[in-house]
Amino acid sequence: MVATSFTPIASLLGGAMIGLSAILLMWATGRIAGVSGIAARLFPPYEDGEFAGRLAFVAGLIAAPVLVRLVTGSLPVQTIAAGTPMLIVAGLLTGFGAVWGSGCTSGHGVCGLSRLSVRSLVATITFMATGVATVFVIRHWS
Amino acid sequence: MTILVQFAIGLLFGLGLIVSGMSNPAKVLNFLDLGGIPAGTWDASLALVMAGAVAVTFAGFRHVLKLARPFFAERFYVPTRSDIDSKIIVGPAIFGIGWGLAGFCPGPALTALGFGSTSAVIFVAAMCAGMVLARVIAQLQSATRIAAPVHPLES
Repeated sequence: MVATSFTPIASLLGGAMIGLSAILLMWATGRIAGVSGIAARLFPPYEDGEFAGRLAFVAGLIAAPVLVRLVTGSLPVQTIAAGTPMLIVAGLLTGFGAVWGSGCTSGHGVCGLSRLSVRSLVATITFMATGVATVFVIRHWS
Repeated sequence: MTILVQFAIGLLFGLGLIVSGMSNPAKVLNFLDLGGIPAGTWDASLALVMAGAVAVTFAGFRHVLKLARPFFAERFYVPTRSDIDSKIIVGPAIFGIGWGLAGFCPGPALTALGFGSTSAVIFVAAMCAGMVLARVIAQLQSATRIAAPVHPLES
């Protein structure tokens, strides 16, 4: 594993930016800023005419590091320890589970908890628990 | 105009992920690693990202949802369900396993594409496949449910 340091101020500030983004999306489009829901609906079947807006939101997510690099000349460290087979399995499970459970860390964790949704609380506790269990098995059982 | 606004909102979300450190899977995994507490390697940062995001969103939603309608849309599309079915447990349980394996959830994974990382491309491709698979299965299930005649005593 790669050691990382506790960054309370930056994490609170970044979290607040994510929250502001969720508020703005609700204000502008009336939609929950759930990244898995937005990304999944880029694929058929299309139920509404919101494709372009969703694509623009995702393009914004991808453009963020490009902007940071343009302005500051560098990017923060990003360490991805998983190898290709692990990334494929992890990606499949993450994508499938997020859609099956109607949301991910942003949709349930941020927007759902903020709406005091019981379903989102159950979802958030569940994915936190299996996430912790998975890391425990990988790091401390093998 | 709407599209430009949505791009800007996505950009702000992505910048939040980078500033908070959540674009780095190592930080996420070190938060999920409670076994690292005794060793002193536990990174509590993700808890503060969630706290900051929920505090701001909670305050903001209260005001925004009092508006007659969104600025660019006819109405608000806020989920109304409150029942606890098996999908709301099984889905997040599977999601959490995938999250714990690589340290990526959907937002940071998409933002990682902009870092120019090949690993992110592989993860996002698999994630999209998983999303499509879940939607196809859900659709097949609902199609079967509509097609099957309901016994009068069960309805």
